[in-house]
Amino acid sequence: MIRELQEGLFAGGSAEEMINSLFEKIRRSRLNAYNHIAEDQALERAREFDRAPWEGRLAGVPIAIKSSISTKGIETNCSSRILSGYIPPYDAHVIERLKEEGAIIIGKTNMDEFAMGTSTETSYFGPTKNPWDLDRVPGGSSGGSAAAVAAGEAPASLGSDTGGSIRCPASFCGIVGLKPTYGLVSRYGLVSYANSLEQIGPLTANVEDAALMMEAISGHDPRDSTSVKSEGGYLSGLYGGVEGLTFGVPEEYFGEGVDPLVEEAVWDAISKLEELGASWKMVSLPHTKYALAAYYIIAMSVASSNLARFDGLRYGLRLGADQDWHTTFSEIRAAGFGPEVKRRVLLGTYALSAGYYGRYYLKALKVRTLIKQDFERALSAGGADLLVTPTMPVPAFKIGERIEDPLSLYMADVFTVPINLAGVPAISVPCGFADGLPIGLQIIGRHFDEAAVLRAAEAYEDATPYHEAVPKEVI
Amino acid sequence: MITGEDVDHISWLASIKVSEEEKAAFVASFNSVLDYFHQLDELATDDVEPTYRVVDLTNVFREDVAKESLSQEESLRNASRTENGYFKSPRIV
Amino acid sequence: MAGGDVIIGLEVHVQLNRLHSKLFCGCSTDYHASDPNTHTCPVCLGLPGTLPVVNRRAVEYAIRVALALNCQIQGETLFYRKNYYYPDLPKAFQITQYDFPLGLGGSILIKGEDGEEKKIRITRVHMEEDPGRLVHAGTIDRAKYSMVDYNRCGMSLLEVVTEPDLRSPKEARSFLDKLRNILEYLDVFDGGLEGAMRIDSNISLVGGERAEVKNISSHKGVEKALAYEITRQRSARRRGVAQVQETRHYDELRAITVSIRTKEEAHDYRYFPEPDLVPMRIADWVPKVEAELPELPDAKRERFVAEYGIADDHARSLTSEIRVANFYEVVAKRAPPRLAAAWIADVLKGELNYRDITIDKFSPDHMVEILSMLEGGKITEKGAVEVIRTILDHSGDPSEVTPARVVEAKGLVRAGDDAVKAAVRAAVEESAQAVADYRAGNEKAINFIVGVVMKKTRGRADPGEANRLVKETLDEI
Ligand SMILES: [Mg+2]
Ligand SMILES: [Zn+2]
Repeated sequence: MIRELQEGLFAGGSAEEMINSLFEKIRRSRLNAYNHIAEDQALERAREFDRAPWEGRLAGVPIAIKSSISTKGIETNCSSRILSGYIPPYDAHVIERLKEEGAIIIGKTNMDEFAMGTSTETSYFGPTKNPWDLDRVPGGSSGGSAAAVAAGEAPASLGSDTGGSIRCPASFCGIVGLKPTYGLVSRYGLVSYANSLEQIGPLTANVEDAALMMEAISGHDPRDSTSVKSEGGYLSGLYGGVEGLTFGVPEEYFGEGVDPLVEEAVWDAISKLEELGASWKMVSLPHTKYALAAYYIIAMSVASSNLARFDGLRYGLRLGADQDWHTTFSEIRAAGFGPEVKRRVLLGTYALSAGYYGRYYLKALKVRTLIKQDFERALSAGGADLLVTPTMPVPAFKIGERIEDPLSLYMADVFTVPINLAGVPAISVPCGFADGLPIGLQIIGRHFDEAAVLRAAEAYEDATPYHEAVPKEVI
Repeated sequence: MITGEDVDHISWLASIKVSEEEKAAFVASFNSVLDYFHQLDELATDDVEPTYRVVDLTNVFREDVAKESLSQEESLRNASRTENGYFKSPRIV
Repeated sequence: MAGGDVIIGLEVHVQLNRLHSKLFCGCSTDYHASDPNTHTCPVCLGLPGTLPVVNRRAVEYAIRVALALNCQIQGETLFYRKNYYYPDLPKAFQITQYDFPLGLGGSILIKGEDGEEKKIRITRVHMEEDPGRLVHAGTIDRAKYSMVDYNRCGMSLLEVVTEPDLRSPKEARSFLDKLRNILEYLDVFDGGLEGAMRIDSNISLVGGERAEVKNISSHKGVEKALAYEITRQRSARRRGVAQVQETRHYDELRAITVSIRTKEEAHDYRYFPEPDLVPMRIADWVPKVEAELPELPDAKRERFVAEYGIADDHARSLTSEIRVANFYEVVAKRAPPRLAAAWIADVLKGELNYRDITIDKFSPDHMVEILSMLEGGKITEKGAVEVIRTILDHSGDPSEVTPARVVEAKGLVRAGDDAVKAAVRAAVEESAQAVADYRAGNEKAINFIVGVVMKKTRGRADPGEANRLVKETLDEI
């Protein structure tokens, strides 16, 4: 997709025209994939490109950015009322990297408020819709980034993944989404939700584009103390195939609670990989059932601290006449945050408060150790090279179906959160349909083995037609 | 069990005002979520070290070199109430 | 104020203001003369998405201080988040240390209330970031609103916490003086900058609850604030009002403490390890820092006594400030060390204190020159004091105001033997009554005649010499 687009540009196509037609499409769209369009900045840069095209792996390529990633001079609101109108004076590391590679930022995509959700329904700007069925959610929290790519409103986008927020919407929208190994992509400029779990990653129409985006955004950044030096090489090794690889199939990821059509699609995919020369075996990740609780405790606890800074004093919403500072801040925060954000911040505050630290936060971090060890064992030498699972237990659900029942919403993350707890990389690629709704296959690798994850995903994609399907609703 | 009083206390700590209406709903959903969290009690973890971070890094530093700051205008640009180059805060007491 | 019923512990926040940049960002530390919010960046303003990165030299300085305060350095040390709301704290948490602070269990020696050397135990030394600065429109309890300047926000702080070993405001002051002295010896701190050292203190009377007095920003303030607080607690006790555990704010303008919080609202800081920073393993780093530690005040004092043969009191006075100690050593290499010690400790320091200026305003060359004129009998002691004062009062171009020129311009050259002899003769002739008294056996009458001699020589005669000559003359006649 990106390669064809660039070939078109260098064969005399106009970046300005291309971006104008994207904006036209976005304006007509019923998806609500964006909450801010950077029209002036994008068109100006496109005109510059048309006058004197520059080099770069993403030269002239329009890219949509999740609203939680800081963009200099472009509103970055995390789909929250409290940050509406906030214009950062600086670019996130990934934005600097995209610009260096020649990309053009076209706008900011809708998301669950502060990335807290699995459906993009908690956005202050209204839900984003699934391009395959407008009554359904696109997944979350990077729902806008996924819907935009699925519907052709952007060739590629960036999302962030704290507990599945890239892979879930990629799965629900029938595209590719990669959550990199923790530390591989700088978090500098990503508005924090749960610092030790989250990574920025690409959402793309195919695996090759994901590899290309990873080449651009990965790498060491001295402004992020948890950032790691990396090798790259995602594109060069991409077409090596799966011959000789062993896939582990975790028994805990099948059975109760998993839609039979999803299960069937994933087993078909495993057969396809076998056909391509790989082998597979059953493995066990015995602590899987504890992952959700551990994940939500960690995420909520840390989030309660991360989101404490939003008080309207330095940026963001400021309401009414000032009273004493505590009353004023409390009222601004009550008005500025939606119900799910309040729920998580209050629960997280409770979990960290005096007397409860050991029972919740510390306990969850210990369980995290057990879950991480599960993955290390399954992916150890002599074990599996990669793991393969469904990304989501079900296809996209209806808008409004789960939002009133937080627990049922949290349960949807059951196969994605363990990966964030362990810090390993994972990709979701389309592997079929259930009643017209896309299904995602999750391929999980060892720490910093994105190359293997991408290579396997590419081999599978190359042998299957699912990524070529386009949602009818938007054609 | 979380009570309405607990919610009031958390609301004060978190600096988020909670209305009476919200409070009732929060009490119910907090208790169901915490119940779910309590399944971790099944696991014996006394001998398990916590995992604070999954990257095994230590001693990450920057050198003591001064860099350019933002201008006052840029620093204040997103604030809705300012005065003479200061952020204007509600009264302290 | 001593009384023995007072218990004081201090939490001292020291800015490592000799660093070039802040603790977690590259903003310059040189903000003292700048407009508000001009030494601020996305990181220290806590803008969404920003991350901290630790200043390596800040850690090195912290190790230096912890070693100098005789602490145990922890092999692995960590940053935590301390969560609380306050408008000067842009992230609504302070990155600080909690479990695993950098240094534990140290001590320093001070001169106690009874004049004896006294050991004050140090509980811990930890690193943290400074909040911003609030400017209240009026006083804190009456202001309609406050204004916030984040220039200071993110400066490297060391928090030095003492055990409750101090027994009076004077001991507290003397602890702080010693601490400041050590920090300046270590070259990590300039105590002359505004806000460089800020003190919270816990103070109670034996058997009573304690009050935490916050926001004391000077050494002089400490004595006043604590003295006020002791008086307040004592008089409350006399009235039968029990002290409750509370936080009080020191209002420097009114020189009183004001209650701002009681225990019912006590904070729950919800500490947890900062996920955006990684642990610091410093065990291997410590020996290197230790090897490079400079000589500290107590060691220097002992060496001065041994090497220069000066009195312990003089040595203590000279080493109580690194700049004075360095000044002394330069002078002592080129002038008689004991004479130099007396003149610097007893005279020069007094003149500097009186003018509230530092020793940088005086050149060691000038001191050597003055001592040499004094030694060679060219000027009198009185003349030497006059030279020092004149130079300090003309703190303009030091090359203009040299001791030689002052002596010349003010006519301070010690009167020659002939001139003094002539003045003595004249004085004896003019003072018939005093001569008669002397002859009648009143030895003290001689002082009157010496006074006349000094007047006639306009003070340029050496008083001892004049006394001897007057006596000689009287005995001759
Ligand atoms: Mg402190
Ligand atoms: Zn800064």
